[in-house]
Amino acid sequence: MIALEIFQIVGLAIVAAALSVLLKKQKPEISLFISIATGLMIFFFVVFKLSAVLTLLQDLSKRVNMDFVYLSTILKIIGIAYITTFGAEICRDAGENAIASKVEFAGKILIMLLAIPILMAVLDTILKIIP
Amino acid sequence: MELDVSLIFKIAAIGILIAVLDQILRRAGREEQAMMTTLAGLVVVMLLVINLVSKLFNTVRTLFQLY
Repeated sequence: MIALEIFQIVGLAIVAAALSVLLKKQKPEISLFISIATGLMIFFFVVFKLSAVLTLLQDLSKRVNMDFVYLSTILKIIGIAYITTFGAEICRDAGENAIASKVEFAGKILIMLLAIPILMAVLDTILKIIP
Repeated sequence: MELDVSLIFKIAAIGILIAVLDQILRRAGREEQAMMTTLAGLVVVMLLVINLVSKLFNTVRTLFQLY
């Protein structure tokens, strides 16, 4: 009886899509909010399973004595990427492609900023290998 | 964690109510009041959803250690 939640999620998604299409012609703004609420409901439903995977990853990194900075940076990048995609998709759903691409641009810049320490570590390693 | 459908039904009900009221007021020739109804409905729905968005941000913040 594992992972059978997908039936619930698909059922919710179909109902929400029907309601959203029903309201799209009359009130597109409410239809947008229905899609946001549905996405968030599905996210909250599955996010607790994701937290188990994340604890496993942290356990593994502790066991192999990996530097904790790298794992936490990667997790931060995943979080920023998820939030960015969420915001951009909502803007794109609402028909605002320009705002969506700006949100993605900002997300890319912030991810690049977070990745700088890892990049520097790689460069240090390369310089150590080269005599 | 239960899958919560009631909020989606709530939003859809508000949307249908607004659409009907909007049409009635428009037929009666009260364009401004129709506009106000739409605005009020939008604000109510926004208040419902903004809590969820804040919950999402907090969850992602704690999950991915984004402080």
